[in-house]
Amino acid sequence: MIKYLRTNDEKCVGCMTCTAVCSKLYFKEENPAKSDIQVQDLGAGRFHLVACDQECRKCVAECPTQAITVSKTGVVMIDRKLCVGCLACVAVCPTGAMRYYPGEKQPFKCVACGACAKQCPKGALEIAEKEESPASRAWADAIAAVRKE
Amino acid sequence: MDFTKKDFRLLAEHRYEKGAVHKGYNDRTLHVDVGSRKVTEKKVPSEMKAKFVGGKGYGLRLLWDGTKPTTRWNSPENEIVIAMGPVCGNTNYPGSGKSLVVSISPMTDIPIDSNVGGYFGPYLKFSGWDALELQGKADKETIVFIDGNEGLVQFLESPEGIPEDTHLLAEVLTHALASDPSDPAELQAISVVSAGRGADHSPMGVLNFSLYDKRRQGIRVKQAGRGGIGTVLRDKKIRAVVCRFRGVEQNSNDAVDPAAVQRLGLKLHREIVQNDNDQCRMRRQGTAHLMEVMNDYDLLPTKNHKYGQDPKGPEIASYVWEKYLTQHLPDGCWFGCTLACAHSADKFELQTGPYKGQKVTVDGPEYETAAGCGSNLYVYDPRGILEINFYCDTYGIDTISFGTMCGFLMECWELGVLNRERTDGIDLTWGNWKGACQVLHDMADGKRFGVLAGKGVRFLAEYFAKEYGADAKLMKDIAMHGKGLEQSEYISKESLAQQGGYYLTNKGPQHDEAWLIFMDMVNNRIPTFENKAEALHYFPMFRTWFGLQGLCKLPWNDIEPADNAKWKEPNKVPEHVDNYRELYTAITGEKLSWDELILQSERVYNFQRAFNVRQGHGRRAEDHPPYRAMGPVLEDEYEARAERYDKQMKEKIGVDPAGKSVAEKVRITREYREAQYESLIDAVFKRRGWTSDGCPTPEHLMKIGMDLPEVLEVVKARIEGRA
Repeated sequence: MIKYLRTNDEKCVGCMTCTAVCSKLYFKEENPAKSDIQVQDLGAGRFHLVACDQECRKCVAECPTQAITVSKTGVVMIDRKLCVGCLACVAVCPTGAMRYYPGEKQPFKCVACGACAKQCPKGALEIAEKEESPASRAWADAIAAVRKE
Repeated sequence: MDFTKKDFRLLAEHRYEKGAVHKGYNDRTLHVDVGSRKVTEKKVPSEMKAKFVGGKGYGLRLLWDGTKPTTRWNSPENEIVIAMGPVCGNTNYPGSGKSLVVSISPMTDIPIDSNVGGYFGPYLKFSGWDALELQGKADKETIVFIDGNEGLVQFLESPEGIPEDTHLLAEVLTHALASDPSDPAELQAISVVSAGRGADHSPMGVLNFSLYDKRRQGIRVKQAGRGGIGTVLRDKKIRAVVCRFRGVEQNSNDAVDPAAVQRLGLKLHREIVQNDNDQCRMRRQGTAHLMEVMNDYDLLPTKNHKYGQDPKGPEIASYVWEKYLTQHLPDGCWFGCTLACAHSADKFELQTGPYKGQKVTVDGPEYETAAGCGSNLYVYDPRGILEINFYCDTYGIDTISFGTMCGFLMECWELGVLNRERTDGIDLTWGNWKGACQVLHDMADGKRFGVLAGKGVRFLAEYFAKEYGADAKLMKDIAMHGKGLEQSEYISKESLAQQGGYYLTNKGPQHDEAWLIFMDMVNNRIPTFENKAEALHYFPMFRTWFGLQGLCKLPWNDIEPADNAKWKEPNKVPEHVDNYRELYTAITGEKLSWDELILQSERVYNFQRAFNVRQGHGRRAEDHPPYRAMGPVLEDEYEARAERYDKQMKEKIGVDPAGKSVAEKVRITREYREAQYESLIDAVFKRRGWTSDGCPTPEHLMKIGMDLPEVLEVVKARIEGRA
């Protein structure tokens, strides 16, 4: 199973509570540019929420040091001790959910901790679970194919 | 085969104060004498930094100082210098992990430089050194171990029974010298430089630079391939040089503006992710993506560079390799290279040699290997090419020199110069890759035909003429080398500019200075001698710059911005040049204009030419190709492209080919082409500021700021006829 942050754009009003909670939790400051979740203003009162779906795992496959791994609960995590800050993961992320802040040594992403979901006044965010898929297993299959027998 | 650190007897050690990189530099270099087991730390003088920049520049400067005009490749004072450069080791910009290795070459007798990936260079840099000089000759098989985390250099005795071939040796050393071999991150913190048994017996030995691949749970290797530096390593009785460094970070380089390094790197990462699939497909095929393009344009060496095309070409096309090469792994040779061209064929079962029946990882093939050891030998069985590739690597043999040399042998077999008696029973019919492998195994064993074959085509051409009565002129014409170095794998016959790109080079015919075939032959963008000379000034200088910085050339133009064609000179990929200027500034804090970038290279390039002069070489006569690189040597070679050559005779030479014999037409074509080449040399030397004999003039050296007294002395002595 994969634990992830499920977003519902329909319910989002752009209050930015989630970004404040997140950046404060992980960067000790309120700064939407340092939040693992992003709120994109589409205009006309509509918003798009961006957070890692934990499923595509292109970043896991791309990481040269295997600093990016998948936890037991199916969450994509960055090991700070192994990350060399190359940002290849940021480039391959198809949704822009893998983030970096200029000058910060390492990228960051949503780890489905649920802190933002608890605070969201509109119920636009929730922690959910989903099944593994061929895409979510591709990185592991590629490794299994080359592992020594 | 289990070895641990305690199996390696400590012969001597040296502790040093760990350094810190400052704006891309350590400003000190490490000198290791394996003969006296003495370690010396050297400060980099500010003049050296200003004039030589880093990487290949530092390497050549240190090599010049460490050797003499009389130094030969196997003199104890000959050095192997491994140097990085200020940009090397950054993890953001793709292609930033290169080491530049220089030495006096056993093949050419002059300085060779070779550009190689793998983790060693960046680890050495973060261990506190801008360059490593290896000098002297050890009395015992020695392993030099540099532990950058401990600040320690150790001389270790190579234990009895340790494997000598790289795929085993580097694996053993990685596990034995890792501080905790059960921790993959510690294994990844080790990089090994080694050669192999072939390098013990042939001058075409390579240095393999390892990287530990956590996914494959084993080492991979990249090669400092050209010019026999592996042979120098083994002559010094150095079994391996190992560096350990744990703790690479985003800004281990201490860049002045780390955010700019990130921005530039991410821009290129994105460009690669977006465009590579529609451009070169490096992420899937690596450099082997070129195969069918070259075959289509009659540029893929076939049968010892006799032809450039064959109907069988598609059998080793890029899409064929894609099936053999493991997909969907981030196969970069340094962290953060998303171009990721360092592919491998995994679990490949060998059919010959000492490891027959074993399943191994083959690093490659690169284009050069697939062409040189494939079509050039008329081998169109991908498995045969992979097998040659594997054995070349693990024996420490350069696939380019081997492929070109073996093509020569096979043509000599076809011509009747060689037979089973002379090859100790090896059948060298075109396409017999198992025969080629047997030559390799013999080279590794140092026995039988391999000892002779491994000496390279310059030697063989003379030997076959002298000992076997072969036509000396023909041997010379088809022995594909310049200065003793085998030519790399493109057909240069129809591009005069590329003939210059290969042979008007400092170290010999190698594709890293200029690749002008499309500009010249296909697109006709540089029609005049002056145009060609300008290209043969600009591109070698520009491409030299990668070697000063510790950069790879590939992310410059094997990926291009989607709108590259809109620029005035798309061949230069101007936007990427701009990236490089900015990257250099972001790391070092020094501004750099496009002209200054070229000037940095021009100084080092001219220094290298003067170095050749100092060693008694660097003359015009040494800059001539074998005729096979310029045009059809044999009548059947002419006839196979008769339409093209006849047309040229009529239109370019102004002679009507009608009624002429093929022999006559070969002669007329040859005379014309050889004269064209002489005119090209004149134009290029003039553009480069050299005399007509190829010596940099004092005035030019002064103009570019390479007027060091010792350099001026060398060129003046040559010009005044004193040397």
